[in-house]
Amino acid sequence: MPWRRKRERKAPASLRRSFVTPEGVDLRLELASAGTRASAFILDILILFISLILTTVAIGLLGIAKAQAEIFMILWLIGAFMLRNGWFILFEMGGRGATPGKRLLGLRVVARDGGRLTGGAVIARNALREIEIFLPLSFLGMQAADGAADGFLTLFALCWTGIFLFFPLFNRDRLRVGDLLAGTWVVNTVRAKLGEDLVATRAQRPHRVFTDAALDLYGIYELQTLENVLRNGQDDAIVTVAATIRRKAGLPDDGDDYAFLSDYYAALCARLERGMLVGRRREDKHASAGRR
Amino acid sequence: MSALVQGSAAPPLVNASRFRTAHEAEWDRLDQLVTRMEKRSVRVLSEDEILALPLLYRSALSSLSVARETSLDRALITYLEQLCTRAYFQLYGVPDTALRQLGRFFARDWPLAVQGLWRETLACLVLTLVGVIAGWWLVAADASWYYSIIPDAMASGRDPAASADTLRATIYGSQEGGGLATFAAYLFTHNSQVAIFAFALGFAFTVPTVLLLLYNGLTLGAMLCLFASKGLGLNFLGWLTIHGSTEMFAIILAGAAGMKIGTAVAFPGRYERTEAAVIAGRSAAIAMAGVVLMLLVAGLLEGIGRQTIQQDAMRYGIGLAALAGWLTYYYLPRRREDRDALAA
Repeated sequence: MPWRRKRERKAPASLRRSFVTPEGVDLRLELASAGTRASAFILDILILFISLILTTVAIGLLGIAKAQAEIFMILWLIGAFMLRNGWFILFEMGGRGATPGKRLLGLRVVARDGGRLTGGAVIARNALREIEIFLPLSFLGMQAADGAADGFLTLFALCWTGIFLFFPLFNRDRLRVGDLLAGTWVVNTVRAKLGEDLVATRAQRPHRVFTDAALDLYGIYELQTLENVLRNGQDDAIVTVAATIRRKAGLPDDGDDYAFLSDYYAALCARLERGMLVGRRREDKHASAGRR
Repeated sequence: MSALVQGSAAPPLVNASRFRTAHEAEWDRLDQLVTRMEKRSVRVLSEDEILALPLLYRSALSSLSVARETSLDRALITYLEQLCTRAYFQLYGVPDTALRQLGRFFARDWPLAVQGLWRETLACLVLTLVGVIAGWWLVAADASWYYSIIPDAMASGRDPAASADTLRATIYGSQEGGGLATFAAYLFTHNSQVAIFAFALGFAFTVPTVLLLLYNGLTLGAMLCLFASKGLGLNFLGWLTIHGSTEMFAIILAGAAGMKIGTAVAFPGRYERTEAAVIAGRSAAIAMAGVVLMLLVAGLLEGIGRQTIQQDAMRYGIGLAALAGWLTYYYLPRRREDRDALAA
């Protein structure tokens, strides 16, 4: 049936993006997901609102006490303006490239071309928030004020502004309209500790030896899954995986699952690496083990 | 099938282990330096550490390349990736100090960004003038148009039914209840918010921006016509000029910045669409920062200057001087920044 051609298998949607440094190494940045970014924004807005309310209350109390209401009124007006517009801009222009909300969630704003994050870019990406967030909000407010007098117009306006609001969900790189215009994107910068060396810790002790047939069962993908299982150290996962490997390789149960898996990991890792040295990279268990 | 031999043969050595023992100290040192920089800034590092930083960074990068090719230890690769990424952004991605950025902004970025908008600025000026003429013409032809153009809240008594004395009082009377500075602050924040809004709306292919500018011109024309019909045209213009020269200029620039973005998105020219948007967006944003500053000046002139200065000549003088000042600042020819890195 020619009209139902099989679609080509697409690569799974991933938030990893290639990012080549001037030294020529691809850092493979991980973009922040839309959910994380929305959470960061909500965090920032919460902090903004709370500080605005607190200062308003403080100014109210002081203003009554000192009868110098005018100065406080000015301070409030300028302060509210600065909070609304300056909060995001000033924090992102700082060295960390992130507002407090973004920092809490381990995000960072980065220029897409890898250069410095310029003031112009930061201002552009935040000024556009006016049409992304405040425009839909003002339309909602309008509807609340007018009732359903102009229902269709409001609906249309909401749809139109919704395009901007949900823009990040419609593109691969999770770009806001502001990001698009400023040439920036938001990446995850979570710090990671170097885990312990699984092979070296076992190397000094007596260990099991496996036959080639037992080691030919798996490839790199399975090896790294096994690594995750060992590092996470969940007992039931270890028991299950150990039982599966023993069953497939036809090995007897010797009672020490963790040690068994560690030995198997070390042996498999060494074998796959040897294969890579002579140019045989076995991605997963479905790839052929190579002729011997 | 397979024998399970306990404790014999040499321990299996994998690349990751050898690699770790050889380089782990360097990675640790880089990690510590980067962590300290992330917490504060580059200034916490000593001279030796700053010298060591690029070397450590490059060796970590090459470790990453080697590890990707030869090692199957995913934890190691993940660790090196995040370490290199963090180090990269500390070395390449950090912006200038605030003071230097400010200096550059006033000395070059702001006027150059405005210069770059000259074509759009002219277009916006023409649009505003068209609005003014249309507003004048409409109200002159039929005074009832005035009510449709200007909302009641904005007119606040200044309508065709008012007598010349009432209108004169709105121009020369002082603000009731004092609060000049508060009024200035209010004007500044309100106008700036509108200007930023107009700029952001430019993204929708400039249509809303054009409408905003036309409407702005319409209200101006209608009011001018009203005051002129009562023989107060020049007085009104003076009342307007003192701050209006700055404020209208700022609004026109905000519209121009929005227009620049909209046209860049609609007609990207030789560039890719996103690329054109980025180039236009970054420079227009700098112009916008300038517009907010202009509106600050305008707010001060309007809130304080206009109320305290009552002579027409002074009002015209200040307004025109401000306009001349802005024009020289923006359009005085200045040396273009040299493009090569050596000049930086």
